[in-house]
Amino acid sequence: MDRTGSETHVMPYRTLVRVWLVLLGLTGALVAAGTTLHPSLSVWAMLVITPVKAGLIFYYFMHLKYEKPLLTGLVFVTLGLLVLVIGLLFSDLFYR
Amino acid sequence: MSSYLDTGGRGGIAGWIFSTDHKRIGILYLATMTGLFFVAVVIGVLMRVEQLVLDPPLFAPQVYNAFFTVHGVIMIFMFVLPGLGAVFGNFFLPIMIGARDVSFPRLNLMSWYAFVAGTVIVFVSLFTGDGAPDTGWTFYVPFSVRTGTNVTLGLTGVFMLGFSSILTGLNFITTIHRLRAPGMTWHRMPLFAWSLYGTAWVQLLATPIVGITLLLVIAERVFGIGVFDPAKGGDPILYQHLFWTYSHPAVYIMILPAMGAITEILPTFAHRTVFGYKAIAYSSMAIAFLGSLVWGHHMFTSGMSEQANLLFSLFTFLVAVPSAIKVFNWTSTLYKGSIEVRPPMLYALTFVFLFAIGGLTGLMQGALAVNVHLHDTYFIVGHFHYVMFGGTGVAFFAALLYWFPKMFGRTYNERVANLAWAPIFVGFNLLYFGMLVLGYMGMPRRYFTHLPQYHTGHVIASVGSFILAAGLVLFFANLVVALLRGKRAESNPWGGVTLEWRIGSPPPAENFDVIPEIQGRPYRFNPEVSE
Ligand code: HEM
Repeated sequence: MDRTGSETHVMPYRTLVRVWLVLLGLTGALVAAGTTLHPSLSVWAMLVITPVKAGLIFYYFMHLKYEKPLLTGLVFVTLGLLVLVIGLLFSDLFYR
Repeated sequence: MSSYLDTGGRGGIAGWIFSTDHKRIGILYLATMTGLFFVAVVIGVLMRVEQLVLDPPLFAPQVYNAFFTVHGVIMIFMFVLPGLGAVFGNFFLPIMIGARDVSFPRLNLMSWYAFVAGTVIVFVSLFTGDGAPDTGWTFYVPFSVRTGTNVTLGLTGVFMLGFSSILTGLNFITTIHRLRAPGMTWHRMPLFAWSLYGTAWVQLLATPIVGITLLLVIAERVFGIGVFDPAKGGDPILYQHLFWTYSHPAVYIMILPAMGAITEILPTFAHRTVFGYKAIAYSSMAIAFLGSLVWGHHMFTSGMSEQANLLFSLFTFLVAVPSAIKVFNWTSTLYKGSIEVRPPMLYALTFVFLFAIGGLTGLMQGALAVNVHLHDTYFIVGHFHYVMFGGTGVAFFAALLYWFPKMFGRTYNERVANLAWAPIFVGFNLLYFGMLVLGYMGMPRRYFTHLPQYHTGHVIASVGSFILAAGLVLFFANLVVALLRGKRAESNPWGGVTLEWRIGSPPPAENFDVIPEIQGRPYRFNPEVSE
């Protein structure tokens, strides 16, 4: 397959709708975590769920699926690092 | 082919403000930004006069507050942020990668309109409503929510300026991905293009954050919702996080293209290939990434958690590594080169020197304990003038001297350019090293007056500012004279090897008759040996 991105890719509607439903579910989970859990726990829930949502959007809606592995890797490594850093910033919640 | 200065369809002013030629848009930015720069320089000098005349003060305290706000807003949002990218990036990026224009020429023109609209709105905010904004360029809440001055309009203007920046970033990313000439692989791209690429990503990803944040402040002022105001249950520290999440990466938007331009100038005047091409290219990307994680170092004294302070301090020291990589690569580029100190080189070397002082004082502030002492003093003001003015500003001058013959097809008087360097350098260091010392002694920033023990320092700094301003006038006067009466420039006056030196001066309307085929790496001053 030509990976230069000059052609248009057709993502089946069925996939898009499924991903969308998953995103809706995750949003629901986020809201639930925010309202029911203790603040120090809900931070962790958000740190897990939000990057998953971002990852899904990158991969399916922003067509990362069709990019070279190098670029896909780069984006996810960056996302992972960002989550790690923000997680570290909140790590004192354990003993604050 | 006729040059871009002759053609353009329409004549006169319309031929400029309706032109989608990337070169003309670059010149439009150059003209507007230089004008604005001088307005802000005048305000800067007036602030220095205020510190000389104490009793009674020359300007009322409220006027001083408006002065540093307007000076800061103009210098940051209208001069260094568009900076070298808007002027030399627009003009030279397509040429350097062998393209006829940017990917979206009309969007490019629109970004200039957004810039002008934002500027006009900010200036209107100065003279309407209940007085000019007095918050400082940082618009910190809760003050910015409560002050009666015309902050809402001012913020709207800055919001527009952000748009301009996003559009430019978008354009550059697309241009670099899609329009490189055949054979121009990533590792054959000139390093100025690499630096614009790193910058463009920051512009695209970080600017929306500040846009939304400023909108929230506007909403808070207009509708009274309580996002940031603690009296309404809001969180002022949240504002600082959101503001610096953008504004710290923004300092890399300012400095990266400057570093890129310096990387073009040094090899040309050392007549040898750049040392560590890949290290320089990747350090730009590393700076763009790491620089996005250090915003908290503006907030060490704000009361956020110790843990966060520690981490932000650590990252601050880490981001010094890629910056230092660049400085070492520049000095290694000079090593055993055949160095010719003509005006662009003189200013480029000055950049390296002043930027090093700026960077090292930055590390001092990055240490948590020292920061408590230095926060909100003149030390900070001295530090950021060293990086933004000594860094980006002087690099802007160097780039202007380097590319002026290409852009306008005229040569300037090199002796006068060298002559102007002396007052700029001496005045600069008197003024800003003076500020570093004053700050270390405890002089707080944003005060319209000072205690007697600081007076000597203030006199030295003010004298420095007068010398500096005189140098700046001489520098630009020389270029204006060159524009009107300069001799015709050759197409390659400095012996540069990147693509822009292979086309005429000034460049033809569409840059290239035939899109060039790129054979090897850039910076091959001696193709037989260095490939
Ligand atoms: C001749 C040139 C200049 C002079 C005389 C000058 C002088 C000053 C002075 C006196 C202050 C206020 C210090 C205080 O009371 O806190 C100031 C603040 C500032 N300057 Fe400059 N400056 C000059 C050029 C520049 C340049 C080129 C830049 C940016 C590229 C710049 C950016 C700023 C910023 C961001 C502030 C802070 C404003 C605030 O506190 O909100 N200045 N400058």
